[in-house]
Amino acid sequence: MLFKLSVKNIRKSIKDYTIYFLTLILGVCIFYMFNSLDSQEAMLEMNSSTKMIVELLVDLLAMVSVFVAVVLGFLIVYANNFLIKRRKREFGLYMTLGMGKGQISRILLFETVFIGLFSLVIGMLAGVFGSQLMSILVAKLFSADMSKYEFVFSKAAALKTCLYFGVMYFAVMLFNVVAISKYKLIDLLTAIRKNEKVKMKNPMLCVVVFLTAVSMLGYAYYKVTGGIDTLKTFDKIAFPILLGVISTFLIFWSLSGFILKLAQSRKSMYLKGTNLFVLRQIHNKINTTVVSMTVICLLLFMTISVLSSALSLNNVMTKDLEEMTPVDLNLYKTANLPKNGDYTKVQIEDSRLKISDTLKNAGFDMNVLKDIVEVETYATSELTWKDTLGNAYDEVKALFPLIPYDTCEEIVKVSDYNQVAKVYGIKQYELKDNEYIMLCDFQSRKDLRDKALALHTQITIGGKEYSSKYTECQSGYLLMSGSHINPGIILVPDSCELTEDMKEKHLLIANYNADTEEEKEKIEGMFTNYSEDSKDFMDQILEQGISLDGMTKIAIYESSKGIATVVTFIAIYLGVVFLIASSAILALKELTENSDNRQRYTVLRKIGADESMINQSLFKQIAIFFIVPLILAVIHSIFGIQFALKIISVQVHPKEMFPSVIATAAFLIVIYGGYFLATYTGSKNIIKEE
Amino acid sequence: MKHLLEVKQIEKYYGNKSNLTKAIDNISFDVDEGEFVGIMGASGSGKTTLLNCISTIDRVTAGHIMINDEDITKLKGNHLNKFRREELGFIFQDFNLLDTLTAYENIALALTIQKVKPDEIDQRVKEIASKLEIVDILNKYPYQVSGGQKQRIASARAIITNPKLVLADEPTGALDSKSARQLLESFETLNQKMGATILMVTHDAFTASYAERILFIKDGMIFNELFKGSDTRKQFFEKIIEVVTLLGGELSDVI
Repeated sequence: MLFKLSVKNIRKSIKDYTIYFLTLILGVCIFYMFNSLDSQEAMLEMNSSTKMIVELLVDLLAMVSVFVAVVLGFLIVYANNFLIKRRKREFGLYMTLGMGKGQISRILLFETVFIGLFSLVIGMLAGVFGSQLMSILVAKLFSADMSKYEFVFSKAAALKTCLYFGVMYFAVMLFNVVAISKYKLIDLLTAIRKNEKVKMKNPMLCVVVFLTAVSMLGYAYYKVTGGIDTLKTFDKIAFPILLGVISTFLIFWSLSGFILKLAQSRKSMYLKGTNLFVLRQIHNKINTTVVSMTVICLLLFMTISVLSSALSLNNVMTKDLEEMTPVDLNLYKTANLPKNGDYTKVQIEDSRLKISDTLKNAGFDMNVLKDIVEVETYATSELTWKDTLGNAYDEVKALFPLIPYDTCEEIVKVSDYNQVAKVYGIKQYELKDNEYIMLCDFQSRKDLRDKALALHTQITIGGKEYSSKYTECQSGYLLMSGSHINPGIILVPDSCELTEDMKEKHLLIANYNADTEEEKEKIEGMFTNYSEDSKDFMDQILEQGISLDGMTKIAIYESSKGIATVVTFIAIYLGVVFLIASSAILALKELTENSDNRQRYTVLRKIGADESMINQSLFKQIAIFFIVPLILAVIHSIFGIQFALKIISVQVHPKEMFPSVIATAAFLIVIYGGYFLATYTGSKNIIKEE
Repeated sequence: MKHLLEVKQIEKYYGNKSNLTKAIDNISFDVDEGEFVGIMGASGSGKTTLLNCISTIDRVTAGHIMINDEDITKLKGNHLNKFRREELGFIFQDFNLLDTLTAYENIALALTIQKVKPDEIDQRVKEIASKLEIVDILNKYPYQVSGGQKQRIASARAIITNPKLVLADEPTGALDSKSARQLLESFETLNQKMGATILMVTHDAFTASYAERILFIKDGMIFNELFKGSDTRKQFFEKIIEVVTLLGGELSDVI
């Protein structure tokens, strides 16, 4: 009997439950999709270097999933709580008919189990199909072979999804039992009448609070952008964030009153059609929804920031990659190993040799390489970071106490550098006898070094003083990498007294002597894989204990692309979950509000408003409720993204942001817009005349 | 005098063939312009159904209702809404004020829906408010004023659009006797000074005694008709009681 009642209840309140259902299904679907990544076909077909990235991705996704589960858990408990509250009258009726609280709890238990199973099954089905689509996307990102494509079902992901959602539904059940046990019959029966009283705020107070909140927010914005240099420790960063949260709350608290006041002063607008009704409705509703509006706005803000900064990070990384990998191969090894007993005689002798000699000695065929350039870098304890910072040292040290300032600077002769630069196709430099140039393109280090250069700091090598040719760092690098991370290289004139024992590193820069990608891959394999081709010379190098390091264009590409992909995946996962959470809260809130407002629409109808007028006023209300937090979130994001990029030291031009902003907007329009339409249609049905 | 409202042999049935309820069984009457007519009857007598049919909220099964020579039983869709909006004013037992709006806004809403110019709205609201003595509560919310005041706000909203006919459904039903008296005096003002035609449904004899003519309805038919004529209200009230006693049943309980 109770079971029958549960089923009937669900069917009856399907209007209220639709969005709850959809949200659960969407949650399950996304959870499964991201957790089934590792068993997807595309992943199984990958080579080892990308496989490592995928493993990293899977590990990260597993961690993020816990967080996601917590967010979804809160969402589900909140939504459920919301729907239960709306059924107080129904429970009251059951109790007057003599049903005990235990029995009511059991009805709800059946309902939760029923809804839970239903959403799990459908969500999982959607997830299985969705993950096939994602497989194709992954394959494209990692360029995996999809010729042996098969339909995949991940048992592990399915179990994990069931477990996580099972726990969430269990929490919902517990919550329901507790909620029911607290209800009193009289409250249940008078539940509807209770919320009739309308609290109205003083409009003047609203205006004052609104202006205060706006200026607070402005200050917070300034802090995270213009005044960012003062934000060095966590508590200093937390301050503007806290300020932002508080002012967001206050803006929503006061916004409706402020707008109402503004609108009322313009009679021609206020006294037009149902405008005054719409504005009053919003004013009334926003009073009861300040907290959720704030939460929604912040969730949207996170969605927008996470998605667009991660996506543009991806773009920038890909662009940097092309710039920063002009040749196929970089090899380097340490020069001048000390005779302190740590190293063998062979090792020490080899460390005085050029890399090409090492390779030749090991029997390597140098003909596979072309455009070979070999240079040395120097270092001396005479010239450390502290020395190059000069008078700026104290200031910089106060700001960044953790940098090892006694690290020796890397010194390169300008003619050596120019050889490399020529092969790389980057800018070459000229120096007079008493000049030096600082090369640095790692933004956060560049900022420090520029301070010193602006003070015309001089450096001393071998007793001779050199002054900087420029008052700021110049761009350039010696070793390839995935992005701009050269922390500083000092170019000195060839006449500079750099002695043999100052040699720090041997460098070899070369291209593969090959025309096709395949041939290149083969040569690449000689350095990266232990294969037939490379066995002999690798064995010899290993035997002698010579440590020869290097990086290749192909390897950098693979790992950088991989990292960019990991970031993208995590961002989309988190972004979509935040988006669903905020849309669902908003949609549920609006739907229930509107069913509480049925009476008001009936009155409107009675005094002669026709359906199109009523629908219009409903549309305006819902649109405003969806748009207002979005607008504030977008404004937040404009500053938030700048802040985030600054913190991770990436410079993005607004033009480069554009594609990621478009992508973020697409996500927003599909999910947020979808929830908006569902809410409008649902509300229209609810207030329809019977 | 011209008939403003002509009800011609209307019938309203509920249910199906096997279980037919005649809520209205062949009722005909006329209301002249400027009249204040009461309709009395016990609950279940069909008086509210009659009012709903006249107000276009419900449809008749047979017969015609003419308002200003327009047959409203033939109106449909937006024409119906337009007619209701422009030709009729409603006053309900439970006020039906919007609790989120101030008194001023509640009254103004009736005009904004009709797309009246904003400047004119302000003037008209203030005018009607002074006639109904609700000027000092214009900026208050419904929950801040008494039941009688609420009903006067509702009356102002009903009359401000200059409707041909004001329909009042148990307007004193939720009021204490003092408020009821005040409201009915307001109705007299509307009727006599502003020339509003009022059709009021009630089961309360005292309320009915403010009307000029009363139709008694029982089991969906007109049972009796009383004219106030030159009687004082007290005399008229006693006559009503006589009819009510005659009618018997529940109606006598509520005096």
